[in-house]
Amino acid sequence: MSADGGLARRSHEENWLPILELAIQEVFEIMLGCQVKPVAPSEHAANAEFTAMVGLAGALCGILTVCCDANTARQIATRMLGDAASSEEQAADALGEICNMITGNFKNKLAGTDEQCMLSVPSVISGGKYSFRSLADGVSIETALLFEGAPIFVRLQLHS
Amino acid sequence: MDDSSVMRKIVERSLRQAGIELEKVVEAANGAEALAALQSNVVDLILCDINMPVMDGLEFVRQVATVETAKGVPIVMITTEGSESHVVQALSAGARGYIRKPFTPDQVKEHVLPLLGKKP
Repeated sequence: MSADGGLARRSHEENWLPILELAIQEVFEIMLGCQVKPVAPSEHAANAEFTAMVGLAGALCGILTVCCDANTARQIATRMLGDAASSEEQAADALGEICNMITGNFKNKLAGTDEQCMLSVPSVISGGKYSFRSLADGVSIETALLFEGAPIFVRLQLHS
Repeated sequence: MDDSSVMRKIVERSLRQAGIELEKVVEAANGAEALAALQSNVVDLILCDINMPVMDGLEFVRQVATVETAKGVPIVMITTEGSESHVVQALSAGARGYIRKPFTPDQVKEHVLPLLGKKP
């Protein structure tokens, strides 16, 4: 990586983190009627029992993942459905849709990118016994937000 | 129509919150399922996602014009794809409205009621 490349990458990370956090906050506020507060990811232990992911292709190329524990995924589904306790299938579906909306909302906030970037349909992994390795080798932005006291980890990894 | 069953329920709830009486709701997880469902169901309104497996929403809008029972039925896209080119493609293909996710029940009301001849 060149010095210029390093600077450009750091600039993206600094500029895009607030945009990503705003995109997340809007999704939770509008679709779940609740506010989520950004926290330092390093201060919370990751318990990724559910991992949702949406791929990006085009001007932005990479993957956005949303991880949380099973109880949090079920709470999200219950909030979205607004009624009875949710099943594991609904929890996975809800987290996938949250991931989809965060990715789309983030993309739409980047001027000039939204026209040239496509999203995949979401995929969701249930269970935490896996290792995740993305081939994206460029910008990596990670944040965590507290939802009803539990952390939700959001990571955007892009090809350089 | 949406590949997420949770999102289909949210959209249905938004329609009820808008004061629309839903006599019957026909759900589909993609464009192909929706085209098949329209062969045996007559509907007044179609709400349609874009990014779906099997057949996406834009292709559905293009093909639905060939379904006799669905001709003239207003279609509103509800999607995370917010770019101008997607809006233009959808409206050019025949969609009558476009709502970006995340959305509020009020946005659904504003877009849908006029298409059903009601005041928002």
